[in-house]
Amino acid sequence: MPPSETVIRVEHLRKAYRHTVAVEDISFDVGRGEVFGLLGSNGAGKTTTVECIEGIRRADGGSISVLGLDPQHQASALRGRVGSQLQESRLPDHMKVWEALELFAGLAPRALDWRELLTAWGLAEKRSASFASLSGGQRQRLFVALALVSDPEIVVLDEMTTGLDPAARHVAWELIEEIRDRGATVVLVTHFMDEAERLCDRVAVVERGRVVALGSPVALIDEHAPELRVVFTAGDRDVGWLAELDHVRAVTQGGPRVTVHGDGPVLAVVAAALVERGIVPRDLRVERPSLEDVFLGLTGHHVED
Amino acid sequence: MQRRLHPLRALKAVLRLTWVELKLFVREPTTAVFVFAFPVALLFVMGEIFGARGDTDLFFRGFEAMDYYVPAYFALVAASIGVIMLPAHLTGYRQGGVLRRFRAALVPMWIVLGAQVAAALVLAALGAVLVWFFGWLVYGVSRPADALAVAVAFIVTTVCFAAIGALLGALLPAPRAAQGAGLMLFFVMLFVSGTGPPTEVMTSLMVTIGEWLPLSHAVLAIQDAWLGFGWNWSALLILAAVALLASLGALRAYRWK
Repeated sequence: MPPSETVIRVEHLRKAYRHTVAVEDISFDVGRGEVFGLLGSNGAGKTTTVECIEGIRRADGGSISVLGLDPQHQASALRGRVGSQLQESRLPDHMKVWEALELFAGLAPRALDWRELLTAWGLAEKRSASFASLSGGQRQRLFVALALVSDPEIVVLDEMTTGLDPAARHVAWELIEEIRDRGATVVLVTHFMDEAERLCDRVAVVERGRVVALGSPVALIDEHAPELRVVFTAGDRDVGWLAELDHVRAVTQGGPRVTVHGDGPVLAVVAAALVERGIVPRDLRVERPSLEDVFLGLTGHHVED
Repeated sequence: MQRRLHPLRALKAVLRLTWVELKLFVREPTTAVFVFAFPVALLFVMGEIFGARGDTDLFFRGFEAMDYYVPAYFALVAASIGVIMLPAHLTGYRQGGVLRRFRAALVPMWIVLGAQVAAALVLAALGAVLVWFFGWLVYGVSRPADALAVAVAFIVTTVCFAAIGALLGALLPAPRAAQGAGLMLFFVMLFVSGTGPPTEVMTSLMVTIGEWLPLSHAVLAIQDAWLGFGWNWSALLILAAVALLASLGALRAYRWK
Protein backbone atom coordinates (compact mmCIF):
# COMPACT_ATOMS: atom_id res chain seq x y z
CA MET A 1 0.00 0.00 0.00
CA PRO A 2 1.86 3.10 -1.12
CA PRO A 3 1.17 6.01 1.20
CA SER A 4 -1.04 8.74 -0.22
CA GLU A 5 0.84 11.80 1.01
CA THR A 6 4.24 11.23 2.54
CA VAL A 7 4.65 13.03 5.87
CA ILE A 8 7.88 11.36 6.95
CA ARG A 9 10.63 10.24 4.62
CA VAL A 10 13.73 8.55 5.98
CA GLU A 11 16.45 7.74 3.47
CA HIS A 12 19.58 5.76 4.27
CA LEU A 13 19.68 7.02 7.84
CA ARG A 14 22.90 6.26 9.66
CA LYS A 15 23.87 7.00 13.25
CA ALA A 16 26.83 5.74 15.22
CA TYR A 17 27.67 6.32 18.87
CA ARG A 18 31.18 6.17 20.18
CA HIS A 19 31.61 2.42 20.02
CA THR A 20 28.51 1.09 18.32
CA VAL A 21 26.60 1.69 15.14
CA ALA A 22 22.99 2.14 16.25
CA VAL A 23 21.51 2.68 12.80
CA GLU A 24 23.27 1.17 9.82
CA ASP A 25 20.95 2.01 6.93
CA ILE A 26 17.26 2.66 7.50
CA SER A 27 14.79 3.95 4.91
CA PHE A 28 11.01 4.18 4.97
CA ASP A 29 8.14 6.50 4.18
CA VAL A 30 5.13 7.21 6.34
CA GLY A 31 1.88 8.39 4.78
CA ARG A 32 -0.54 10.86 6.31
CA GLY A 33 -3.04 9.21 8.63
CA GLU A 34 -1.13 5.94 8.87
CA VAL A 35 -0.23 4.08 12.01
CA PHE A 36 3.32 3.09 11.16
CA GLY A 37 5.18 0.60 13.34
CA LEU A 38 8.90 0.24 13.95
CA LEU A 39 9.24 -3.28 15.24
CA GLY A 40 12.37 -4.87 16.60
CA SER A 41 14.34 -6.07 19.61
CA ASN A 42 15.92 -3.75 22.12
CA GLY A 43 18.99 -2.12 20.61
CA ALA A 44 17.86 -2.68 17.03
CA GLY A 45 17.99 1.06 16.36
CA LYS A 46 14.30 1.96 16.64
CA THR A 47 14.59 4.64 19.30
CA THR A 48 17.60 6.26 17.66
CA THR A 49 15.64 6.44 14.42
CA VAL A 50 12.65 8.18 15.96
CA GLU A 51 14.90 10.50 17.95
CA CYS A 52 16.40 11.68 14.67
CA ILE A 53 12.86 12.23 13.36
CA GLU A 54 11.99 14.17 16.52
CA GLY A 55 15.05 16.37 16.06
CA ILE A 56 16.58 15.29 19.36
CA ARG A 57 19.51 13.58 17.68
CA ARG A 58 21.67 14.54 14.78
CA ALA A 59 22.03 11.87 12.11
CA ASP A 60 25.49 10.95 10.81
CA GLY A 61 24.30 10.17 7.32
CA GLY A 62 21.25 9.93 5.10
CA SER A 63 18.36 12.33 5.07
CA ILE A 64 15.13 12.84 6.96
CA SER A 65 12.20 14.91 5.91
CA VAL A 66 9.30 15.51 8.30
CA LEU A 67 6.31 17.36 6.83
CA GLY A 68 8.69 18.48 4.10
CA LEU A 69 11.14 19.97 6.60
CA ASP A 70 14.52 18.96 7.96
CA PRO A 71 14.09 18.32 11.70
CA GLN A 72 17.72 19.22 12.38
CA HIS A 73 17.89 22.59 10.70
CA GLN A 74 14.27 23.69 10.58
CA ALA A 75 13.27 22.67 14.08
CA SER A 76 11.47 25.91 14.87
CA ALA A 77 9.19 25.43 11.85
CA LEU A 78 8.18 22.00 13.19
CA ARG A 79 7.39 23.24 16.71
CA GLY A 80 4.08 21.81 17.83
CA ARG A 81 3.57 19.75 14.67
CA VAL A 82 5.27 16.63 16.03
CA GLY A 83 4.28 15.27 19.44
CA SER A 84 6.65 12.90 21.20
CA GLN A 85 5.88 10.63 24.11
CA LEU A 86 9.57 9.72 24.67
CA GLN A 87 10.84 6.54 26.20
CA GLU A 88 12.47 6.68 29.64
CA SER A 89 11.92 10.27 30.47
CA ARG A 90 10.78 11.90 33.66
CA LEU A 91 9.32 15.12 34.90
CA PRO A 92 10.48 16.84 38.09
CA ASP A 93 9.21 14.77 41.03
CA HIS A 94 7.30 17.62 42.60
CA MET A 95 5.64 18.81 39.41
CA LYS A 96 1.88 18.30 39.42
CA VAL A 97 -0.02 16.73 36.54
CA TRP A 98 -1.96 19.88 35.68
CA GLU A 99 1.17 22.01 35.92
CA ALA A 100 2.97 19.85 33.37
CA LEU A 101 0.04 19.99 30.97
CA GLU A 102 -0.44 23.72 31.38
CA LEU A 103 3.29 24.31 30.93
CA PHE A 104 3.59 22.32 27.71
CA ALA A 105 0.33 23.73 26.38
CA GLY A 106 1.76 27.19 26.99
CA LEU A 107 4.92 26.33 25.09
CA ALA A 108 3.04 25.12 21.99
CA PRO A 109 2.11 27.50 19.17
CA ARG A 110 -1.43 26.15 18.96
CA ALA A 111 -2.50 24.07 21.93
CA LEU A 112 -5.53 21.93 22.66
CA ASP A 113 -7.51 22.47 25.83
CA TRP A 114 -5.38 20.54 28.29
CA ARG A 115 -8.32 20.08 30.67
CA GLU A 116 -10.08 17.99 28.04
CA LEU A 117 -6.96 15.89 27.53
CA LEU A 118 -6.77 15.37 31.26
CA THR A 119 -10.24 13.86 31.23
CA ALA A 120 -9.82 11.96 27.96
CA TRP A 121 -6.71 10.23 29.25
CA GLY A 122 -8.22 9.34 32.60
CA LEU A 123 -6.06 11.70 34.61
CA ALA A 124 -8.78 14.00 35.96
CA GLU A 125 -8.57 12.44 39.42
CA LYS A 126 -4.79 12.77 39.39
CA ARG A 127 -4.93 16.42 38.37
CA SER A 128 -3.11 17.68 41.45
CA ALA A 129 -0.95 14.62 42.08
CA SER A 130 2.80 15.04 41.87
CA PHE A 131 4.66 13.25 39.10
CA ALA A 132 6.56 11.10 41.62
CA SER A 133 3.29 9.71 43.02
CA LEU A 134 1.97 8.47 39.66
CA SER A 135 1.99 4.79 38.70
CA GLY A 136 3.78 3.61 35.55
CA GLY A 137 0.56 3.56 33.57
CA GLN A 138 -0.46 7.01 34.76
CA ARG A 139 2.94 8.40 33.82
CA GLN A 140 2.66 6.91 30.33
CA ARG A 141 -0.78 8.43 29.89
CA LEU A 142 0.50 11.79 31.08
CA PHE A 143 3.37 11.59 28.57
CA VAL A 144 0.95 10.78 25.77
CA ALA A 145 -1.28 13.66 26.84
CA LEU A 146 1.79 15.94 26.81
CA ALA A 147 2.64 14.68 23.32
CA LEU A 148 -0.89 15.51 22.16
CA VAL A 149 -1.33 18.88 23.80
CA SER A 150 0.22 20.78 20.89
CA ASP A 151 -2.39 19.22 18.55
CA PRO A 152 0.37 17.60 16.45
CA GLU A 153 0.02 16.21 12.94
CA ILE A 154 2.48 13.44 13.78
CA VAL A 155 2.60 11.59 17.09
CA VAL A 156 5.61 9.46 17.99
CA LEU A 157 5.00 6.83 20.65
CA ASP A 158 8.12 5.00 21.83
CA GLU A 159 7.51 1.76 23.75
CA MET A 160 4.44 3.31 25.25
CA THR A 161 2.98 0.06 26.61
CA THR A 162 6.21 -1.32 28.09
CA GLY A 163 5.78 -1.82 31.79
CA LEU A 164 1.99 -1.77 31.66
CA ASP A 165 -0.12 -4.70 32.83
CA PRO A 166 -2.25 -6.47 30.19
CA ALA A 167 -5.43 -4.57 31.04
CA ALA A 168 -3.65 -1.23 30.86
CA ARG A 169 -2.08 -2.22 27.55
CA HIS A 170 -5.47 -2.84 26.01
CA VAL A 171 -6.68 0.53 27.24
CA ALA A 172 -3.57 2.10 25.70
CA TRP A 173 -4.32 0.42 22.37
CA GLU A 174 -7.79 1.91 22.31
CA LEU A 175 -6.30 5.29 23.04
CA ILE A 176 -3.84 4.93 20.17
CA GLU A 177 -6.75 4.12 17.87
CA GLU A 178 -8.42 7.26 19.15
CA ILE A 179 -5.36 9.33 18.23
CA ARG A 180 -5.49 7.89 14.73
CA ASP A 181 -9.21 8.57 14.46
CA ARG A 182 -8.54 12.22 15.27
CA GLY A 183 -6.54 12.31 12.03
CA ALA A 184 -2.99 12.27 13.32
CA THR A 185 -0.25 10.13 11.81
CA VAL A 186 1.17 7.77 14.40
CA VAL A 187 4.69 6.35 14.51
CA LEU A 188 4.68 3.48 16.98
CA VAL A 189 7.92 2.01 18.28
CA THR A 190 7.36 -1.36 19.88
CA HIS A 191 8.77 -4.80 20.48
CA PHE A 192 5.34 -6.30 21.07
CA MET A 193 4.22 -8.28 18.02
CA ASP A 194 0.57 -8.41 18.98
CA GLU A 195 0.55 -4.67 19.47
CA ALA A 196 2.03 -4.02 16.03
CA GLU A 197 -0.33 -6.50 14.39
CA ARG A 198 -3.39 -5.04 16.03
CA LEU A 199 -2.59 -1.35 15.55
CA CYS A 200 -0.28 -0.79 12.61
CA ASP A 201 -1.27 -0.20 9.00
CA ARG A 202 2.31 -0.87 8.01
CA VAL A 203 5.33 -2.13 9.85
CA ALA A 204 9.07 -1.88 9.34
CA VAL A 205 10.89 -4.77 10.98
CA VAL A 206 14.22 -3.41 12.20
CA GLU A 207 17.14 -5.69 12.97
CA ARG A 208 20.70 -4.56 13.73
CA GLY A 209 20.14 -1.08 12.38
CA ARG A 210 18.54 -2.15 9.12
CA VAL A 211 15.00 -2.57 7.82
CA VAL A 212 14.66 -6.27 7.04
CA ALA A 213 10.98 -6.20 6.01
CA LEU A 214 8.43 -3.52 5.29
CA GLY A 215 4.71 -3.78 4.63
CA SER A 216 1.30 -4.31 6.17
CA PRO A 217 1.18 -7.04 8.83
CA VAL A 218 -1.06 -9.16 6.56
CA ALA A 219 1.30 -8.78 3.58
CA LEU A 220 4.32 -9.57 5.72
CA ILE A 221 2.67 -12.69 7.05
CA ASP A 222 1.64 -13.79 3.55
CA GLU A 223 5.13 -13.26 2.27
CA HIS A 224 7.29 -14.48 5.11
CA ALA A 225 5.14 -16.92 7.06
CA PRO A 226 2.44 -18.19 4.70
CA GLU A 227 1.87 -21.49 6.46
CA LEU A 228 -1.48 -22.07 8.13
CA ARG A 229 -2.16 -24.84 10.62
CA VAL A 230 -5.50 -26.62 10.82
CA VAL A 231 -5.97 -28.31 14.16
CA PHE A 232 -8.65 -30.77 15.27
CA THR A 233 -9.22 -33.90 17.32
CA ALA A 234 -9.70 -37.13 15.34
CA GLY A 235 -9.92 -39.71 18.10
CA ASP A 236 -8.10 -42.88 17.11
CA ARG A 237 -8.86 -42.65 13.38
CA ASP A 238 -5.99 -42.43 10.97
CA VAL A 239 -6.12 -39.30 8.84
CA GLY A 240 -2.73 -39.60 7.16
CA TRP A 241 -4.49 -39.50 3.79
CA LEU A 242 -5.06 -35.76 4.33
CA ALA A 243 -1.48 -35.23 3.15
CA GLU A 244 -2.55 -36.15 -0.38
CA LEU A 245 -4.92 -33.16 -0.63
CA ASP A 246 -4.16 -29.95 -2.48
CA HIS A 247 -2.78 -27.06 -0.34
CA VAL A 248 -1.70 -29.52 2.36
CA ARG A 249 2.02 -29.82 3.01
CA ALA A 250 2.21 -32.12 5.96
CA VAL A 251 0.11 -33.82 8.59
CA THR A 252 1.27 -34.53 12.10
CA GLN A 253 -0.73 -36.69 14.46
CA GLY A 254 0.12 -36.72 18.14
CA GLY A 255 -2.38 -38.89 19.98
CA PRO A 256 -5.93 -37.82 19.14
CA ARG A 257 -4.76 -34.34 18.10
CA VAL A 258 -4.09 -33.68 14.41
CA THR A 259 -2.23 -30.72 12.93
CA VAL A 260 -2.42 -30.12 9.19
CA HIS A 261 0.16 -27.73 7.73
CA GLY A 262 -0.80 -25.96 4.54
CA ASP A 263 -1.52 -22.69 2.81
CA GLY A 264 -4.31 -20.64 1.26
CA PRO A 265 -7.70 -22.38 1.41
CA VAL A 266 -6.39 -25.36 3.39
CA LEU A 267 -9.10 -25.02 6.04
CA ALA A 268 -11.93 -25.38 3.52
CA VAL A 269 -10.17 -28.25 1.72
CA VAL A 270 -9.57 -30.19 4.94
CA ALA A 271 -13.06 -29.54 6.26
CA ALA A 272 -14.73 -30.72 3.06
CA ALA A 273 -12.62 -33.88 2.90
CA LEU A 274 -13.31 -34.76 6.54
CA VAL A 275 -17.05 -34.30 6.18
CA GLU A 276 -17.00 -36.43 3.03
CA ARG A 277 -15.50 -39.29 5.05
CA GLY A 278 -17.95 -38.85 7.86
CA ILE A 279 -15.53 -37.24 10.27
CA VAL A 280 -17.10 -34.17 11.85
CA PRO A 281 -14.74 -32.83 14.49
CA ARG A 282 -16.29 -30.32 16.86
CA ASP A 283 -13.06 -28.41 17.42
CA LEU A 284 -11.82 -27.81 13.86
CA ARG A 285 -9.96 -24.52 13.80
CA VAL A 286 -7.23 -22.74 11.92
CA GLU A 287 -4.14 -21.21 13.50
CA ARG A 288 -2.93 -18.28 11.49
CA PRO A 289 0.69 -17.26 11.61
CA SER A 290 1.41 -13.96 13.34
CA LEU A 291 4.01 -11.28 13.07
CA GLU A 292 5.87 -13.26 15.70
CA ASP A 293 6.39 -16.02 13.09
CA VAL A 294 7.46 -13.41 10.53
CA PHE A 295 9.94 -11.98 12.98
CA LEU A 296 11.29 -15.41 13.85
CA GLY A 297 11.60 -16.32 10.19
CA LEU A 298 13.40 -13.10 9.31
CA THR A 299 15.78 -12.80 12.22
CA GLY A 300 16.12 -16.33 13.47
CA HIS A 301 15.29 -15.30 17.03
CA HIS A 302 12.38 -14.25 19.18
CA VAL A 303 12.04 -10.67 20.26
CA GLU A 304 13.12 -10.41 23.88
CA ASP A 305 11.04 -8.56 26.37
CA MET B 1 8.72 29.00 6.08
CA GLN B 2 10.68 29.48 9.31
CA ARG B 3 8.05 30.10 12.00
CA ARG B 4 10.10 31.99 14.53
CA LEU B 5 8.98 32.12 18.11
CA HIS B 6 7.30 35.46 18.70
CA PRO B 7 9.29 37.42 21.33
CA LEU B 8 6.20 38.00 23.45
CA ARG B 9 5.32 34.29 23.36
CA ALA B 10 8.91 33.44 24.27
CA LEU B 11 8.79 35.85 27.21
CA LYS B 12 5.51 34.33 28.37
CA ALA B 13 7.05 30.87 28.11
CA VAL B 14 10.03 31.96 30.22
CA LEU B 15 7.74 33.46 32.87
CA ARG B 16 5.51 30.39 32.91
CA LEU B 17 8.48 28.09 33.38
CA THR B 18 9.95 30.44 36.00
CA TRP B 19 6.76 30.24 37.99
CA VAL B 20 6.80 26.42 37.85
CA GLU B 21 10.46 26.41 38.90
CA LEU B 22 9.68 28.62 41.90
CA LYS B 23 6.90 26.29 42.96
CA LEU B 24 9.22 23.29 42.61
CA PHE B 25 11.79 25.10 44.75
CA VAL B 26 9.26 25.68 47.52
CA ARG B 27 8.33 21.98 47.47
CA GLU B 28 11.97 20.92 47.91
CA PRO B 29 12.67 22.17 51.44
CA THR B 30 16.29 20.99 51.74
CA THR B 31 17.62 23.37 49.09
CA ALA B 32 15.41 26.14 50.41
CA VAL B 33 16.88 25.71 53.87
CA PHE B 34 20.43 25.93 52.57
CA VAL B 35 19.88 28.88 50.28
CA PHE B 36 17.94 30.95 52.81
CA ALA B 37 19.14 29.76 56.21
CA PHE B 38 22.85 29.27 55.71
CA PRO B 39 23.80 32.90 54.96
CA VAL B 40 21.67 34.08 57.88
CA ALA B 41 23.22 31.51 60.20
CA LEU B 42 26.70 32.52 59.09
CA LEU B 43 25.83 36.17 59.54
CA PHE B 44 24.78 35.36 63.09
CA VAL B 45 28.11 33.60 63.76
CA MET B 46 30.08 36.55 62.39
CA GLY B 47 27.89 38.95 64.32
CA GLU B 48 28.50 37.12 67.59
CA ILE B 49 32.27 37.09 67.00
CA PHE B 50 32.86 40.54 65.50
CA GLY B 51 29.62 42.42 65.99
CA ALA B 52 30.48 44.17 69.23
CA ARG B 53 34.16 44.90 68.67
CA GLY B 54 35.42 48.43 68.43
CA ASP B 55 38.62 47.88 66.45
CA THR B 56 36.97 48.54 63.12
CA ASP B 57 39.89 50.61 61.89
CA LEU B 58 41.97 47.52 61.27
CA PHE B 59 39.40 45.25 59.70
CA PHE B 60 36.24 45.39 57.61
CA ARG B 61 37.44 48.20 55.36
CA GLY B 62 37.08 50.62 58.23
CA PHE B 63 33.38 49.90 58.81
CA GLU B 64 31.33 48.09 61.41
CA ALA B 65 31.63 44.33 60.91
CA MET B 66 27.95 43.89 60.16
CA ASP B 67 27.91 46.72 57.63
CA TYR B 68 30.68 44.80 55.93
CA TYR B 69 29.11 41.34 56.07
CA VAL B 70 25.50 42.08 55.17
CA PRO B 71 26.19 43.23 51.59
CA ALA B 72 28.86 40.53 51.25
CA TYR B 73 26.26 37.91 52.10
CA PHE B 74 23.95 39.15 49.38
CA ALA B 75 26.63 37.80 47.06
CA LEU B 76 26.85 34.62 49.12
CA VAL B 77 23.12 33.96 48.61
CA ALA B 78 23.55 34.31 44.85
CA ALA B 79 26.60 32.03 44.92
CA SER B 80 24.80 29.30 46.84
CA ILE B 81 21.96 29.35 44.30
CA GLY B 82 24.39 29.29 41.40
CA VAL B 83 26.93 26.69 42.45
CA ILE B 84 24.97 24.46 44.85
CA MET B 85 21.32 24.53 43.84
CA LEU B 86 21.36 24.94 40.05
CA PRO B 87 23.99 22.34 39.06
CA ALA B 88 22.25 19.61 41.06
CA HIS B 89 18.86 20.70 39.71
CA LEU B 90 19.98 20.80 36.07
CA THR B 91 22.01 17.57 36.12
CA GLY B 92 18.85 15.96 37.50
CA TYR B 93 16.88 17.44 34.61
CA ARG B 94 19.44 16.16 32.15
CA GLN B 95 19.68 12.68 33.60
CA GLY B 96 15.97 12.21 34.12
CA GLY B 97 15.17 13.20 30.56
CA VAL B 98 13.32 16.38 31.51
CA LEU B 99 15.51 18.36 29.11
CA ARG B 100 14.87 15.78 26.37
CA ARG B 101 11.17 16.34 26.89
CA PHE B 102 11.58 20.09 26.41
CA ARG B 103 13.76 19.44 23.39
CA ALA B 104 11.25 17.04 21.88
CA ALA B 105 8.62 19.78 22.26
CA LEU B 106 11.20 21.91 20.41
CA VAL B 107 11.38 24.42 23.24
CA PRO B 108 14.60 26.37 22.70
CA MET B 109 17.23 25.73 25.36
CA TRP B 110 17.61 29.44 26.07
CA ILE B 111 14.01 29.52 27.28
CA VAL B 112 14.73 26.74 29.76
CA LEU B 113 17.95 28.38 30.96
CA GLY B 114 16.35 31.82 30.96
CA ALA B 115 13.72 30.54 33.36
CA GLN B 116 16.47 29.18 35.63
CA VAL B 117 18.12 32.62 35.69
CA ALA B 118 14.80 34.36 36.35
CA ALA B 119 13.96 31.97 39.18
CA ALA B 120 17.46 32.48 40.59
CA LEU B 121 16.90 36.25 40.58
CA VAL B 122 13.65 35.95 42.53
CA LEU B 123 15.13 33.54 45.08
CA ALA B 124 18.34 35.53 45.49
CA ALA B 125 16.35 38.70 46.06
CA LEU B 126 14.30 36.97 48.76
CA GLY B 127 17.45 35.57 50.35
CA ALA B 128 19.13 38.98 50.32
CA VAL B 129 16.11 40.66 51.89
CA LEU B 130 16.17 38.01 54.58
CA VAL B 131 19.87 38.67 55.29
CA TRP B 132 19.26 42.40 55.40
CA PHE B 133 16.23 42.06 57.65
CA PHE B 134 18.17 39.85 60.06
CA GLY B 135 21.12 42.25 60.05
CA TRP B 136 18.82 45.18 60.76
CA LEU B 137 16.82 43.38 63.41
CA VAL B 138 19.72 41.93 65.40
CA TYR B 139 22.65 44.21 64.66
CA GLY B 140 20.99 47.42 63.56
CA VAL B 141 22.50 47.44 60.09
CA SER B 142 21.16 50.44 58.24
CA ARG B 143 20.54 51.31 54.62
CA PRO B 144 22.88 51.19 51.60
CA ALA B 145 24.72 54.30 50.50
CA ASP B 146 23.63 53.82 46.88
CA ALA B 147 20.59 51.55 46.55
CA LEU B 148 20.54 51.62 42.75
CA ALA B 149 24.19 50.60 42.50
CA VAL B 150 23.59 47.82 45.03
CA ALA B 151 20.62 46.55 43.01
CA VAL B 152 22.56 46.58 39.74
CA ALA B 153 25.59 44.87 41.29
CA PHE B 154 23.32 42.29 42.89
CA ILE B 155 21.51 41.51 39.63
CA VAL B 156 24.78 41.19 37.69
CA THR B 157 26.12 38.91 40.46
CA THR B 158 23.06 36.67 40.43
CA VAL B 159 22.96 36.37 36.65
CA CYS B 160 26.67 35.55 36.71
CA PHE B 161 26.29 32.77 39.27
CA ALA B 162 23.14 31.42 37.59
CA ALA B 163 25.07 31.17 34.32
CA ILE B 164 27.92 29.39 36.10
CA GLY B 165 25.34 27.03 37.61
CA ALA B 166 23.87 26.32 34.18
CA LEU B 167 27.32 25.56 32.80
CA LEU B 168 28.20 23.26 35.70
CA GLY B 169 24.84 21.55 35.23
CA ALA B 170 25.78 20.83 31.64
CA LEU B 171 29.28 19.59 32.41
CA LEU B 172 28.91 17.56 35.61
CA PRO B 173 27.80 13.97 35.14
CA ALA B 174 25.12 13.47 37.81
CA PRO B 175 23.24 15.22 40.63
CA ARG B 176 25.46 13.69 43.32
CA ALA B 177 28.64 14.75 41.56
CA ALA B 178 27.14 18.18 41.06
CA GLN B 179 26.25 18.45 44.72
CA GLY B 180 29.76 17.47 45.81
CA ALA B 181 31.55 19.72 43.34
CA GLY B 182 29.15 22.60 44.06
CA LEU B 183 29.62 22.42 47.84
CA MET B 184 33.38 22.23 47.42
CA LEU B 185 33.49 25.26 45.14
CA PHE B 186 31.11 27.14 47.42
CA PHE B 187 33.18 26.67 50.56
CA VAL B 188 36.48 27.41 48.87
CA MET B 189 34.99 30.67 47.59
CA LEU B 190 33.46 31.40 50.99
CA PHE B 191 36.84 31.34 52.75
CA VAL B 192 38.89 33.34 50.26
CA SER B 193 36.44 36.00 49.05
CA GLY B 194 36.06 38.20 52.13
CA THR B 195 32.87 36.40 53.16
CA GLY B 196 34.63 34.30 55.80
CA PRO B 197 37.62 36.01 57.42
CA PRO B 198 37.86 39.69 56.42
CA THR B 199 40.26 40.43 53.57
CA GLU B 200 42.67 42.19 55.94
CA VAL B 201 43.62 38.99 57.76
CA MET B 202 43.96 36.81 54.65
CA THR B 203 47.40 35.81 53.34
CA SER B 204 48.38 37.02 49.89
CA LEU B 205 47.90 33.49 48.57
CA MET B 206 44.31 33.43 49.79
CA VAL B 207 43.72 36.82 48.23
CA THR B 208 45.15 35.64 44.93
CA ILE B 209 42.99 32.50 44.89
CA GLY B 210 40.01 34.68 45.73
CA GLU B 211 40.75 37.00 42.85
CA TRP B 212 40.50 34.09 40.42
CA LEU B 213 37.07 33.16 41.69
CA PRO B 214 33.96 35.20 40.94
CA LEU B 215 32.64 35.56 44.50
CA SER B 216 35.35 38.05 45.58
CA HIS B 217 34.42 40.36 42.71
CA ALA B 218 30.72 39.99 43.47
CA VAL B 219 31.38 40.88 47.13
CA LEU B 220 33.38 43.96 46.15
CA ALA B 221 30.80 45.12 43.60
CA ILE B 222 27.93 44.94 46.08
CA GLN B 223 29.93 46.08 49.13
CA ASP B 224 31.37 49.12 47.36
CA ALA B 225 27.88 50.25 46.38
CA TRP B 226 26.54 49.57 49.88
CA LEU B 227 29.36 51.27 51.79
CA GLY B 228 29.54 54.33 49.57
CA PHE B 229 32.60 53.63 47.41
CA GLY B 230 30.35 53.93 44.37
CA TRP B 231 30.21 51.77 41.25
CA ASN B 232 33.00 49.22 41.05
CA TRP B 233 33.21 49.04 37.28
CA SER B 234 36.09 46.60 37.04
CA ALA B 235 34.33 44.07 39.31
CA LEU B 236 31.08 44.51 37.40
CA LEU B 237 32.87 44.05 34.10
CA ILE B 238 34.54 40.83 35.28
CA LEU B 239 31.20 39.47 36.50
CA ALA B 240 29.46 40.39 33.26
CA ALA B 241 32.21 38.78 31.20
CA VAL B 242 32.04 35.57 33.25
CA ALA B 243 28.24 35.61 32.92
CA LEU B 244 28.47 35.96 29.15
CA LEU B 245 31.08 33.23 28.69
CA ALA B 246 29.31 30.84 31.04
CA SER B 247 25.92 31.31 29.32
CA LEU B 248 27.39 30.81 25.86
CA GLY B 249 29.26 27.76 27.12
CA ALA B 250 26.12 26.38 28.75
CA LEU B 251 23.95 26.88 25.65
CA ARG B 252 26.60 25.17 23.55
CA ALA B 253 27.08 22.30 25.97
CA TYR B 254 23.35 21.60 26.20
CA ARG B 255 22.72 21.83 22.48
CA TRP B 256 23.45 18.24 21.50
CA LYS B 257 23.91 16.57 24.82
